[in-house]
Amino acid sequence: MDIKTMKRLLSFCRPYMKYLYCALLCSSGQIVFTLLTPVFIGQAVDHIIGQGLVAFDLLFQKMLWILGSVLIAEIFDWLVVRLSNRMTYAITKDLRDQLFEKYETLPLSYIDSHAHGDLLSRMVNDIDLIGDGLLQGFTHLFNGIATIIGTICFMLYIQTTVALIVIVLTPLSLVVATIIANKTYKYFQEQLALRGELGAYVEEMIGGVKVVKAYGYEQTNQERFEEINQRVYISGVKSQFLGALANPSTRVVNNIVYASVCIAGSLYVIGGSMSVGALSSFLSYANQYTKPFNEISNVFTELQTALACASRVFHLLDIDSSPKQGPTKTLSHIQGHVQIQHLSFSYRDDEPFIEDFNVEAKPGQTIAIVGPTGCGKTTFINLLMKFYQPQHGQICIDGIDIQDMSSDYVRSLYGMVLQDSWLFQGSIKDNIAYGKKEATDQEIIEAAQKAHAHKFIIQLKDGYDTMISEEGGNLSQGQKQLLCIARIMLVKPPMLILDEATSSIDTRTEKQIQEAFDLMMEGRTTFIVAHRLSTIQKADQILVMNHGQIIEQGKHEELLKKHGFYHHLYYSQFEIQK
Amino acid sequence: MWMKYLKPYRKEAVIGFFFKLIEAFFELIVPIVVADIIDYGILHQDQQYILQRGLLLLVLALLGYACALVCQYFASKTSQGFGTYLRNDMFKAIHAYDYENIDEIGIPSLMTRITNDTNQLQLAVAMTIRLASRSPFLILGSLVMAFRISVPIALIFICAAPILALAIYGVMSKSLPLYLKIQKQLDHVSLICRENLAGIRVIRAFSKQKQEKERFQQATQKQKNMQIQVGKLSALLNPSTSVIVNCAILVILYAGGLQVNAGHLTQGEVIALINYMNQILLSMFAFANVIVIYNKATACYKRVQEVLAIQPAIQDGKCLIDNQEGPLVTFDHVSFSYQGSHALHDLSFSIHQGETIGIIGGTGSGKSTLIHLIPRFYEATQGQIYIKNRPIQDYSLFSLRQMIGLVPQQATLFTGTIKENICLAKENASDDEVKQALHLAQASFVDEWKDGIYSHITQGGYNLSGGQKQRLTIARALVRNPELLILDDSASALDFATDAALRKAIATLPQTTIIVSQRVSAIMHADKILVLSHGELVGMGKHDELMKTCEIYQQIVTSQMSKEVA
Repeated sequence: MDIKTMKRLLSFCRPYMKYLYCALLCSSGQIVFTLLTPVFIGQAVDHIIGQGLVAFDLLFQKMLWILGSVLIAEIFDWLVVRLSNRMTYAITKDLRDQLFEKYETLPLSYIDSHAHGDLLSRMVNDIDLIGDGLLQGFTHLFNGIATIIGTICFMLYIQTTVALIVIVLTPLSLVVATIIANKTYKYFQEQLALRGELGAYVEEMIGGVKVVKAYGYEQTNQERFEEINQRVYISGVKSQFLGALANPSTRVVNNIVYASVCIAGSLYVIGGSMSVGALSSFLSYANQYTKPFNEISNVFTELQTALACASRVFHLLDIDSSPKQGPTKTLSHIQGHVQIQHLSFSYRDDEPFIEDFNVEAKPGQTIAIVGPTGCGKTTFINLLMKFYQPQHGQICIDGIDIQDMSSDYVRSLYGMVLQDSWLFQGSIKDNIAYGKKEATDQEIIEAAQKAHAHKFIIQLKDGYDTMISEEGGNLSQGQKQLLCIARIMLVKPPMLILDEATSSIDTRTEKQIQEAFDLMMEGRTTFIVAHRLSTIQKADQILVMNHGQIIEQGKHEELLKKHGFYHHLYYSQFEIQK
Repeated sequence: MWMKYLKPYRKEAVIGFFFKLIEAFFELIVPIVVADIIDYGILHQDQQYILQRGLLLLVLALLGYACALVCQYFASKTSQGFGTYLRNDMFKAIHAYDYENIDEIGIPSLMTRITNDTNQLQLAVAMTIRLASRSPFLILGSLVMAFRISVPIALIFICAAPILALAIYGVMSKSLPLYLKIQKQLDHVSLICRENLAGIRVIRAFSKQKQEKERFQQATQKQKNMQIQVGKLSALLNPSTSVIVNCAILVILYAGGLQVNAGHLTQGEVIALINYMNQILLSMFAFANVIVIYNKATACYKRVQEVLAIQPAIQDGKCLIDNQEGPLVTFDHVSFSYQGSHALHDLSFSIHQGETIGIIGGTGSGKSTLIHLIPRFYEATQGQIYIKNRPIQDYSLFSLRQMIGLVPQQATLFTGTIKENICLAKENASDDEVKQALHLAQASFVDEWKDGIYSHITQGGYNLSGGQKQRLTIARALVRNPELLILDDSASALDFATDAALRKAIATLPQTTIIVSQRVSAIMHADKILVLSHGELVGMGKHDELMKTCEIYQQIVTSQMSKEVA
């Protein structure tokens, strides 16, 4: 077991120590009274000896004792569960909140290079499993151990020899449990791996079922699936059988203990050193005796899983994302003069990506960036916005290095519209007012009008109050982008970063987006990833990028005259048309 | 459905069931044997008898164990077999779906149904054999035994058992819906997290981290409160049942005392009765567990049943594609409605061998739908489509689709090598054929890789860029050298140089080609251009003709060309 992770997980309990202490206290009380009950029942039975030999007054007395101990034990039990619930759910909430905070502060390069599904699964599934493990641990671990010790003490108190029989037989149960657990573990791993394989295959093939059908691949596909499925079956029968063994196996040990107690106990009763009632108490102990063992072994499996999950979560929490405190320079009057000098950036230490990059954007200029996919356009934008940190060189706005300004401040200087428009679950109004919470309805409508979004919004059932479903599923791609433009129109940032859409927007909407872009760009320094010629032609500067470098730089006509890469790019698009 | 998939394992199921009952029966005998030991062995001080009966207890324990093992083995075999058989059949059923069926359930849902849902059902089958028979048998058996020992005291059992059942039912029926609510709240927490990961740039650009954190914490706080709420309720389960059972034991002690005093009952029998009462409690808990599993399984059952019940509307034909005369594809007044709304309306046109056809129109104009009618992924609701002068329904689906090389909008690749992916379209394609197709599709970047066409693609092609994926899917269509090549807006992620080179390469092919696009430049040189608007064919002809006659086409051209052609 991973002690370090365990310790760290327990450190999350610290704010809830008072719950923990109370729970342990209640748990102890519960165990004592639960164990007392069979003793009292046994004593009560001793007052029911035979015909005419029932001592009713004493029986009543014992009955009251039984009732009392049952009630006290159950109140304690209820408290234990309540307290551990409170503690567990508070801890999982804390963990989730911390992890979320981590996600909000992690370097973007980390989030970009990791599958979102994985990050999400740590937030949801892993923390859920941690919660399960903690709950089991809190309620059953202490309880189980204490019950075993308590039972042994009580038995020793009632009759030493019979108690010793039980104690001697105990390891038998443990040995059986370990043997099974070890055997099962191997098969469970195998079964999990196979299920994973089957799941991945299903995900892929059902996900691509339209392609499978288009190419008539069904037959082969079915055969491959059935082959994996057959392997799942064979290993499944084994692992399920072994997994299901634990229960009857501990039961048989339990029954053997029970029979032994019965024989030895009865002989002692004959010998006169024990009463029939005490035998009955013993038998009910023997009956319940393996239960805590089972529970403890369950706790260990669950804790094992919880720790594995916790170490995955802690791994994320340990990534350094501490914001560099200090830089707080601001600009009084923003001109929008951007100078980029000797900028270098690499994703991996050994492979430089962007190298010695130099650009100057004068206030109000439009800088178009063109180049094939993967040429570094997006990386450049990430550097401008201080999403990524450059290895060398600097970016200055109005003469001040952005390293001397806070990230939030740098980002507030730009308005950004990306190709994949991001909307969140909420009303259209909320989505537009995302950058300016206090905006009035009038301002929001104005912004929407400028972004050509007003018309389609008022045609929706609830107008500006229409709820956007998960990831904007009820809007078209173009409409989503118009909303994102409206969002920027509302905050009126001094500079812009735009990413033109390559496709999948119909002509009319595209025209509207184009007009909205033009309106926004007026008088603002703009960096635009261009796919349209009109944009390129109007630009004050074109950066032609390839493999992370600016290979040509200048105005449209100048670049054409060079007969270089740009010339090739430009003509290749229209070659067929000529 | 249960029966159908259990049928091959009927024998195993019955054997498993039977042995479980025997085990439960052995368990029921134990308290009686113990009572005998106390009442006879101890009373008469008969050591021999005690040892004999004690040995019987040991034998019962071992026999019970053996029975349990047999039961577990057959239960595992039955449930796993059931699940495997069911999954195979579901996978087959999904293969037979037409696209409308697939869209109806949705791909993510199909995936969970074939994996998680069948696992739940499998578990339900195993539990039925292992627990569903045992628990009620033990409850009833305990009652019967109580009656055999003493009728008046058995009446206490008759009263206590329903109260016990009611308490368990009460707590569970109240808390189960709350658990569902918590699950929903967890989905909400997960949604916020997903939104934040997807929109992280925008959130940081607006410096909204704090606001998002608050939104998230509100959601987790709400979840925590709900969990504590339901915890309050479910914490009642153990104490309440325990109190009920112990009260019943008190009554048994009192009534037992009266009976013993009157000589109708012995001390050992009182102990046996107490044991039976405890047995009932344990069995009821086990049974409640089975009910929870059943509850889950019923929902899963419905979802699985739905997958199997869907009958694709499209029926297979018999004819093979041959070299008949006539146009390759003819649409004769074809209309198509999709999920209740008109998607295509009254289309008529023909495509001849060797022609290049362009289809243009905005999003939602019906372009993709139109081309999906040709491989019969969807079936026309009105009118008739002919392939080589024969109704499309006459052809076998396999042969029809074999003729077509379709490149869908979404570039889908599977785990495996590049070659395996390309060979999906033509199983026995040689390395040279694959390379040639890649070359045609402008996917020569593969040559630069260390392992060439044997390079590995990870799931979903995450190690490739969008443009690379698109070119590979185009190569896949080309490798089968189809009579009809259909490109459904499949070059959208390509930069314009590559796009142009690709168009040029495809123009040299002799095949009949249909190109769907939103860009005029992609289709303006086609032999025939179909202009679609809101599911209607509003223009058909060459570029020059359409420029004169078709208003919508003119609009599209001017909106794009003014920007694109200097």
